[in-house]
Amino acid sequence: MARAVLDPPAAPAGAAPSATVRVPARPRPARRPARRRVRPEASARTLVSAATLSRRKGKVVYWTVFSFVVLIFAAVFLFPMFWAVTGGMRSQQDLGQNSPTFLPQRWLPGNYRTAWDQLQLGHYFLNTVLQAGGGWLFELTLLTLAAFALSRMRPRFGYLITGAILASLMLPLYALVVPEYLVASHLPVVHSSLLDNPAGIWLPAVANAFNFLILKRFFDQIPQEMMEAAEIDGAGALRRLWSIVLPLARPVLAVVSIIAFVALWQNFLWPLLIYSGNTDAAPISVALVALSDDTRQNILLAASVLASFPTILVFLIFQRHITAAATSLGAA
Amino acid sequence: MRAAPEQRGYTSTSAGRNTLGNNLLAYLLIAPAVLCFALFSWYPGIKVIILSFQHYNFGTATFDGLANYRAIFSDPEFVAAWRNTFEFTGIALVLGFGVPFITAVVINEMRHARWFFRTVVYLPVVIPPVVTALLWKWFYTPGSGLFDLVLRGAHLPTSSWIYSTNTAIVSLVLVTTWGNMGLTTLIYLTGLQNIPGQLYEAAELDGAGIWRRFRHVTVPQTRYLLLILMLLQIIATMQVFTEVYVMTGGGPQNATVTVLYLIYQYAFNYNNYGGACALSAMLLVFLAIFSAFYLRLTRSHG
Repeated sequence: MARAVLDPPAAPAGAAPSATVRVPARPRPARRPARRRVRPEASARTLVSAATLSRRKGKVVYWTVFSFVVLIFAAVFLFPMFWAVTGGMRSQQDLGQNSPTFLPQRWLPGNYRTAWDQLQLGHYFLNTVLQAGGGWLFELTLLTLAAFALSRMRPRFGYLITGAILASLMLPLYALVVPEYLVASHLPVVHSSLLDNPAGIWLPAVANAFNFLILKRFFDQIPQEMMEAAEIDGAGALRRLWSIVLPLARPVLAVVSIIAFVALWQNFLWPLLIYSGNTDAAPISVALVALSDDTRQNILLAASVLASFPTILVFLIFQRHITAAATSLGAA
Repeated sequence: MRAAPEQRGYTSTSAGRNTLGNNLLAYLLIAPAVLCFALFSWYPGIKVIILSFQHYNFGTATFDGLANYRAIFSDPEFVAAWRNTFEFTGIALVLGFGVPFITAVVINEMRHARWFFRTVVYLPVVIPPVVTALLWKWFYTPGSGLFDLVLRGAHLPTSSWIYSTNTAIVSLVLVTTWGNMGLTTLIYLTGLQNIPGQLYEAAELDGAGIWRRFRHVTVPQTRYLLLILMLLQIIATMQVFTEVYVMTGGGPQNATVTVLYLIYQYAFNYNNYGGACALSAMLLVFLAIFSAFYLRLTRSHG
């Protein structure tokens, strides 16, 4: 199966086939999918009842537990990040100390500049943008076309194709990496190689059965009357895709885009193989590891922090969509 | 929200008619994606089985019976790889399965600042795994690494983490759990929010304390989700690679060689594609059992 789906440990996103991203009853601007900021937690009944919490003892226990949990979360998840970000601003001796100060002895924000220049991060970022961006474009376009055709045009034997794509869900992500590499290094019939070529990232990205399924399920739910109405107005299949299906599908396209892009950006094993002969053209994940041995620790830390920026940024911008994606996975 | 209408019965418009033109256009739209699936999913799935019975040398392959399998079975690394992988998966199951569930239950009880918990727990998921692995390798540095500092600060004995055969696997599990538990937690959280509140009310009226409400309402109500995520986690952790490659390189003394790492070694360091494919085929068959179970479960459950 496609390298690009997700890095193996992240595979719980594989719950995708059970994703149910619903079609709104009528088309509406996809900009604001029901923003429930009205503290839903206030009303929902959970393990502990509101009555218990409103008692004096309940309040004391709640706030004690609450502060404790906040502290644990900060210590477990945020502190390591803080340590890495400030570690990137320490000097090399400072890093080697066995009893370091909480903050750097001397702040060296210039390390980040050095990391950017010395490791040519800009160059590797561009590589990654080209590979992940192209992979995303190919995956989204080709999967949307195929899912639309199989869902709404229903050609003869289409169910066989859908079945075959479903069956590829059975193939584990990485167990096939060697035969896939052999295919990429020597394409049958055309006898060319995709090694050291962004197409070696783009084309396998399309073979993503999970994302195909999310799209097809969504298209399946679009009411038939809408399609028929458009057809009476003289809209052909492509016109129906463009003016009815795609506007409706904006939220689901967003979810698939984020899943696909983040997975492609984070991918490691597949680009490691595709660019094994030429690290210079590799994406940033591969380059970081390749350069890590010859780089000072503080510079490497700064580079690592910089390398995480794009995905963290995507997350913070599209947080609502990402939570929605996870939510729809759980609502099986 | 209208239910999707059954799409079988319509023939009044060409949207569902099997006209030649309609079929052709549909096939045209499907073809590029199908080509990609064929090249990078279906064909490799067959090729891996065939190659596992062949001797492969720079593009020419000759049938060789079970030679590849015999060779890998006699490789001491083979036993180590499977043992390590099972150990990794087992520990990851306890940690990566129990911890996110408990975390989700706790978050679900919080009446304030839920966005904070959700965001923070998910943040490590968006950090590229390579970066996480590099960071944790630094945290594990004996002496000056973060974890040794914390342990010393608490007057606890320090550990050699990934540098000792005893603790290497556990140390790797900690990294992957930290990096991935956010997604699982969010999925559990949704499951928890779908539990009808009346069930808790009823249990409480019957005199059930917190523990019994958890045991008899929360757990049974999320059982399906727990099972699904357990299967997915097994499938994912059986294929662990990045952390091993970046942090330990299979060491110390093969203590962290996993099956996928060994596949990589066979193919790209020993140039033994036949052996790599034999190993891959074994992993494929083994994991296909779990995938089949997973697919069955999700389909029967709707």
